Parts: sequence; structure tokens; C-alpha cells
Amino acid sequence: MVWKIFLFIILAFVSIAGISFPIVENPQAWYQFPLIPGLEENAKIIFFHVPTAWLTVIGFLMSTVFSIKYLRKRNLDDDAKSYAAAQLGLMFCILATVTGAVWAKFAWGSYWSWDPRQTSIFALLLIYGAWFALRSSIESEDKRATLSAVYSIIAFVTVPFFVFIMPRIMDGLHPGSADDKFSPSGGPVVNFQMNSSMLLIFFLSLIGFTILYYWMWRLGYKSLLYKEKLNKKLIRG
Amino acid sequence: MNKHFLNAEKLTKKFGRRLIFKDLDFKFLENGIYGITGINGSGKSTLIKIIAGIISPSSGKIVHNLDDKVIDEEKLHNYIGFVAPYLIMYEEFSAWENLIHISNIRGIKFNKELFNSLLDDFLLLNRKNDIVKTYSSGMKQRLKFIFALMHSPTILLFDEPTSNLDNEGKETVYRIINREGKNKIVIIASNERSDLELCSTKIKLEDYKK
Amino acid sequence: MKPYALFKKDYHSELRTRYAINSLVMFIIVALSVILFSIGNEKIPQNLTAGLLWVVIFFSAMSGLSRAFVSEEERGTSLILHLIAAPTTIFSGKLLFNLILVFLMNIIITILYSVLFEEFIIRNFLLFFLTFILSNIGLAIASTIIAAIISKAGAKGTLYPVLSFPILLPLILISVMLTSYSMVGTSFADAVIELAVLACYDVIMLTISYMLFDFIWKD
Repeated sequence: MVWKIFLFIILAFVSIAGISFPIVENPQAWYQFPLIPGLEENAKIIFFHVPTAWLTVIGFLMSTVFSIKYLRKRNLDDDAKSYAAAQLGLMFCILATVTGAVWAKFAWGSYWSWDPRQTSIFALLLIYGAWFALRSSIESEDKRATLSAVYSIIAFVTVPFFVFIMPRIMDGLHPGSADDKFSPSGGPVVNFQMNSSMLLIFFLSLIGFTILYYWMWRLGYKSLLYKEKLNKKLIRG
Repeated sequence: MNKHFLNAEKLTKKFGRRLIFKDLDFKFLENGIYGITGINGSGKSTLIKIIAGIISPSSGKIVHNLDDKVIDEEKLHNYIGFVAPYLIMYEEFSAWENLIHISNIRGIKFNKELFNSLLDDFLLLNRKNDIVKTYSSGMKQRLKFIFALMHSPTILLFDEPTSNLDNEGKETVYRIINREGKNKIVIIASNERSDLELCSTKIKLEDYKK
Repeated sequence: MKPYALFKKDYHSELRTRYAINSLVMFIIVALSVILFSIGNEKIPQNLTAGLLWVVIFFSAMSGLSRAFVSEEERGTSLILHLIAAPTTIFSGKLLFNLILVFLMNIIITILYSVLFEEFIIRNFLLFFLTFILSNIGLAIASTIIAAIISKAGAKGTLYPVLSFPILLPLILISVMLTSYSMVGTSFADAVIELAVLACYDVIMLTISYMLFDFIWKD
């Protein structure tokens, strides 16, 4: 119970601070954010957009880890855990895509422009879609678990190509791209242009969203297991 | 002399969360004919597929030994002869082409005399160049026995061996089973009384449900 | 030589049944003519030419390459394969079949394409050749393992492109880039990273396929 209150406080603080703290050219007070050239007010999305993208990746990672675990131990509970993780991953993937597109409308002038990061998140969306399509087409539980585990591992090894290599080969608009014209050396926007208060809120937001994710995931897979048990009881009479 | 023996330890198979059988233990040490019986849906075919290494058990294990050495799972298929109603030969090829391709894929020598004599045993010699699609279901069943014996396996697994066969075919099959049972392990999964009369030991799957 | 024997069996079976070839050839013709009709007399830019080539290749591959495993599963003959060969042999044999099919298919597509599209001129031939080889290998590997998955999933025809596309997307993106590089005439040294990425993709896919095929194959 304590950590739920803790989570509430973190997320409440992040939402309020992230939206209301002003951005000024030379921050003096602790609550002022620095002006990042090329981003201006739009920079604030980092507190909400980046965590969703982060959780998309986490969801995918967890789903793959439990897939591997299933293939080793053949325990259907692992399949349920993998499924619950992927469900959340898909949800956050959609959120990341939508928030990113809305932001892009204001920062770049159009909702979608096939920036490498947009391509990558779109690819993740496709992978999730394919994975759920595969699952829904298989009747037998064992087969569904095995085949979807195999597919998620294959899909997982293609992700580095999207996440790391493609943005570096193709031209990018996204902050932190290799050829971002506003940053001197390329690399993540986090390192060098945010002041400490901005960094603090950013990381608090990451932590808060991750805990939220974990909580939702536990609820998700437990409800899957209960549903399974209930089905079995109903069939047995 | 090839001495094959079979040891099953605590075999359990579940489909999803549905239990098929549980804690099945048996040892087939001597050559002979063994039977597996059980009502429809009791898991006869499942068990025979597990013995053949086609599907894996949910827990427990099955160990094949040859001359006191454990047979590697990757190579198990070289020692097994398998016949079942759900086994389907390549229908676009003739019986003879089936045998050629299968022996090539197995990596064994193409033994013309053996194949001809097997075809003769199972009364298919004069139809060997016809495409399998044109065969009756009894003829297809007899072809499967040739498929099961062509690589001189050390253990034979027959799931409902006499399904679709006429009396003449059944007699041939029983003759072969009795002949092979003297120097091999032969396992029959069936509910036919005449099939089970051949068996010295029987496993009743109903005993392993709880 | 067991995989080769399996390949020969498939080849022989293909000659008898024409399960893949006929539809594959027709698909190439249909796809190319749809593109030609829609372009009409317009001139199309260079990178679009490269992209369209890969659109044709992807969809043609999707129409024919699932055959390797789906035909066995549909006719119920995969049990025989279980009984006569180890999983690695089976995967190697099927991969060999798909490799040859992909190379044949893409040679035909490329020849037809360069005849039909005047804008399609290769200026750096070596680069295009290497791209062609590496991406064909990758295409064959990925489509074979996905074919194995869908054959066990009950052979839903529409599922094949859906499952393959995300897996093949990195390959297609890089290949499109490399193809337009070789049309522009980019020097070999400038494209080395992209080629390395492509080779990397092939190696990773091959390893992961051999590792996971056992799980797919054993019910």
C-alpha cells in the first residue's frame, strides 16, 4: 500500500511540474527549465513521451524474456506473463506513437514524416500486431505459447536493427539523432542540454511510469491466470 | 547383436492444462511384442508418438538404449520403424520413388533386393511404379509397413497396425510382427482383440489418469 | 548430403505438383503489370524505382515461399519427415529449396524490371551484385523460418505476409537504400557499412533460425 501512495505522489508531482514549470533562457530558480534551441516549449513532452517509448521497449523485452523462459520450462504461466507484458507494451506503443505524432505536428509541421525513430516505433507496432494476429489464429494453448514465443524471439533480434542502426543510417529529425543540427555531437538529448531540475523530473517520471507498468503487468497476468482457472472450473462443472 | 531396450520414467503429458496421462513408468528390456490399450482419446497415439520422439512429454523422460548406450535424440529416428493411420506417404510419387527419396534423405544405401522383397511380402510388387494417390487405403497401409522396415530399425512402433486391412493383409502383418518380435521390440497400440492377442505385456492407459 | 536429398525430393515434388512455381510466375507478372499500368507514361524518380523493385520482390516472395513447409503440413506428410531426418537436416533442406527459389525468382524479376523500366540503370554493378546476393540470402532465411511457424499455426495464408513483414523490414529498407546507391553509382567504400549491416542480418537470422527450429518442429 505504501508504494502505491509513493507512486501516486511521484506521478502527481511529475504531471504538475512537467506541465507548469516555465521554460526560460537562463534558468535561475530551481523550478525553471532551460531553453533548448530547436525545441522550446515543445521540450516538455519529454516527461511523458519518452517514458511511454521506454515502456514499449520494456514490455517487448519482458515479453521476450518470458518467452525464452517458457521455451525452457514449458510452464504456461510464463506464457501468460509474456502475454500480459506484450499487451501493455502494445498499449504504450500506441501512446508513444500518438504523443510523438502530435508533438511532431507542432515541432516539425506534420504528424508523420518517416523519421528513423518514427519508422522504428512503427516497426514495433507492426511486430506487436503480427504477434497478436499469430496468437489469435492458434487454438491449442501449447502451440500458441510455443509459436508465439519463437516469433517474439525472432522479432526481438530484428529490433536492434531498427532502434540502433536505422536511425544512424537514415537522416533524422528527432532530437538526439546522429545529425541533429542543434546538438554539437549527436547522441541523446538527455545528457547535455537539460539542467538538473529537468533531469530530476525526467528520471522521476521514468521511475514512476516503470513502477506503474510493473503494477499493471502484475494485475494483468494474475487476472489471466484467474480467468484460466475459472474456465477450467466451469468446464469440469 | 543389436539389443534395444526402452525405459520410461514418470512420463506425464498434458495438452494445455488438460491431463492425458500421469507418472507412466515402464521398462521394455527383452525383445518381444508389447501392447498399449485404452479407450478412444486415452492417449494411445500420444504415448506412441512420445516413444518415437515426435512429441516431447510434459515431464518425465523416455530413454532408448542400444547395446547399453543411450541413443542420442538427434539420431533416434534411425532406429525407429513407425506405422500409424495418420502417417501419410508422398502421394504425388510412386511407391518406388517414395522409397528412393526416403532412403536418400535417411542417408542409407538404396537396397534394391530388400525393397523388392518387402514389396513382394506386402503384395505391392506389381503396383510399385503406380502413383500412391491411386492406391486404395489398404494398399497405402501396407506401403507404410515397407516404409517402417526399410532401414532395419531396432524398435517397431505400430499404432493400429491393422486398420483398413483385409484378412489377407492382416495375416501378412501378423506374420511380420511375429517374425520381428523375436529379435526386436515391437509395440502395438490398438483396441483390436486380434492385435492384442499377440502381445505378451500390456499397458492400460486408464490406470494412469490420476 | 541429407539436406540435398530433401531438396531433391522437394524439387521432384514441385515438378509433379507445380505447387509454388505457377503462382509465383503469375504473381510476378501481375505485380509488374499493375505497377506499369499505374505509372503510365510518367517518369518516376530513381529512389522510387528502387523501392518498387523491392515491393515486387517482397510480395512475390510472400506468394511462393511459404510452400516449403505449408505443403508438407497441409498434406500431412510432415510426420514422415519427423521419422526420417533430424530437425537441422529438415531446416537445411527447406532453406536450400527456398534459396534456389528466391534466386531464380529475383533473377527473373530483375531482368524483367530492367527491360520494362528505362530508369532502372545500375551504375555500380559490383555493389548491386553484392546487395542482390546478401539480401536474397536474408530473404530466404527469414521466409523459411516464418513459413515453418505459419505451417504449424494452421497454414493461414494471409498470416504469412503479416508475420514476415516486420521481420523483413530492416532487410528491405537497407536493400532499397543499397539499390538506389548502386543506381546513383555510389562508390563501394561509401556503402560498406550498409553492406555490413545486411551481412549481419543474414548471420543473425541464420543462427536464430537454427536455434529455434527445434521448438517449432517438435509439437
